[in-house]
Amino acid sequence: MRSDRGQSAPVGLKIAAACGLLFLHLPILLIFVYAFTTEEKSFVWPPPGLTTQWFAVTWNRPDVWEALSLSVRVAAISTTIALVLGTLCAAAVSRTKFFGRETISLLVILPIALPGIITGIALRSAFALADIPFSFWTIVLGHATFCVVVVYNNAVARFRRTSGSMIEASMDLGADGFQTFRHVVLPNIATALLAGGMLAFALSFDEVIVTTFTAGQQQTVPIWMLEELIRPRQRPVTNVVAMVVVLVTLLPILFAYYLTRDGDQIAGSGK
Amino acid sequence: MTIAALNPNPLPAILPGSGGMRGALSDLFWRRPQVLLLLMLLPPVLWLGIVYIGSLFALLAQSFFSIDEFSGLINREFTLKTYGDLLQAANLDIILRTVTMAALVTLASAIVAFPIAYYAARYARGRWKALFYLGVMLPLWSSYLVKIYAWKLILAKEGILTWLLAKLHLLWLLDAWLSLPVVGGNSLSVSFTGTFIVFVYVWLPFMILPVQAALERVPGNLVEASSDLGASPGQTFRNVLFPLALPGIVAGSIFTFSLTLGDYIIPQIIGTSRLFIGQAVYSQQGTAGNIPLAAAFTVVPIVIMGFYLWGAKRMGAFDAL
Repeated sequence: MRSDRGQSAPVGLKIAAACGLLFLHLPILLIFVYAFTTEEKSFVWPPPGLTTQWFAVTWNRPDVWEALSLSVRVAAISTTIALVLGTLCAAAVSRTKFFGRETISLLVILPIALPGIITGIALRSAFALADIPFSFWTIVLGHATFCVVVVYNNAVARFRRTSGSMIEASMDLGADGFQTFRHVVLPNIATALLAGGMLAFALSFDEVIVTTFTAGQQQTVPIWMLEELIRPRQRPVTNVVAMVVVLVTLLPILFAYYLTRDGDQIAGSGK
Repeated sequence: MTIAALNPNPLPAILPGSGGMRGALSDLFWRRPQVLLLLMLLPPVLWLGIVYIGSLFALLAQSFFSIDEFSGLINREFTLKTYGDLLQAANLDIILRTVTMAALVTLASAIVAFPIAYYAARYARGRWKALFYLGVMLPLWSSYLVKIYAWKLILAKEGILTWLLAKLHLLWLLDAWLSLPVVGGNSLSVSFTGTFIVFVYVWLPFMILPVQAALERVPGNLVEASSDLGASPGQTFRNVLFPLALPGIVAGSIFTFSLTLGDYIIPQIIGTSRLFIGQAVYSQQGTAGNIPLAAAFTVVPIVIMGFYLWGAKRMGAFDAL
């Protein structure tokens, strides 16, 4: 008889773990309630009444749409760049051993391992030294840099699980390098890339610290929210946007989890 | 022998080389994998090297410049004066405050994270395991600003926490806490207590994941052996579980500590007017226009994290990542 199976946890541990998980989730759920409150000026709890009128008000706010459009464009371009750079880097690092390999993995992780404010101010001072004016592309430059690591992590995990003999078999059967990539390598890593891309998109869509330093006067969704937090204009609109942001970031995460759930680690960790 | 003598050309390959530019390239990559490797590495290394490392050096260089106090212009000559400014009482205060907060946040995160990580590692199976994993990943990945905003709603004077405590007739406890020096304030959303809670909340998943990874590797029968030998649960925890989980806790603390050192948004939105390093950096480079001092300030977390990572590596924390 094996004794390390089928035991149940001590009650104290169950309670502590459950409280911990509730602590992690209740605040986010609260956002959903506040999106429907009729209270306009303060954070009064419980909500005096429920209404859906703020969704209509938010829908008609051009500044929200502008921020959303900028965020989506930045995230899309940054994700594309990160997909190319991260996949190339992962392919090189996982296939061969070469001098400086450790340095390169460190180089990829560094932008996310060091606090965002360092990345942000470093980029800003570099832009200032090089006389580069703030634009759409200065935001993309920063975002793509820290998104590489997410794609890289997912791709590296998948490359390690993909057997090298398949590539050799393809070559033996007469396929050239490009055909092998197109018909053997790519289908194998596709879901990992999709997952990495989704996480990169979510990371870029949510990034605020680096963006405050590289955006100039432009507003992405997080910058818009930060502005509302410091100088609130219409609180219910912020509540609605917050709820939409939660949904927009959660769906890609769930999908990425679904794509990589058997074995690959998802996520790159870190803001 | 005779065939080779008859044919002046070298022996043909088994298959003819595929023609054209594409074939030639493909053959080249096959014969010389280093060329392919170089071509694969060049774009990411160039990008990260120029954009990121280049910017870091630009920043570092600026910390050795100084600002002219009268004109407000940056004097581009090498000096250590800016680092000297860092040692002024007000600035040292900021550094000390940030490091203390980071240490407290790390400690609290470890305490809150442990039961979740332990349950997930030892007892959760199958569907529950997946649920725990998602239960940690979703808050980790959901919007950072939304999480802070949610806490603003909770901690505000008229918010949910005050309401809850009033229902429980515990408002006197909140008032007593808020009247304390340093940790108290007008309401929880403008106090260090509030800053602390939000830091712990936002970084907690970064602690759970490595601790769980470390605990996954502890065989269940070790714990049973300990209790069979007569140890109380407390003794088992102290002498068996905790030492084995420590590399994971140290690995998690790298994140909680580093992220707290650098963050400036949480203390700005939920906190007092007393600054943290991140806020000092932000205001020095923004409103004050003193980029050298801002740069010197950012060197502080880099140096602290350098030492921290060195110590963590010696404790084997990187194996737990």
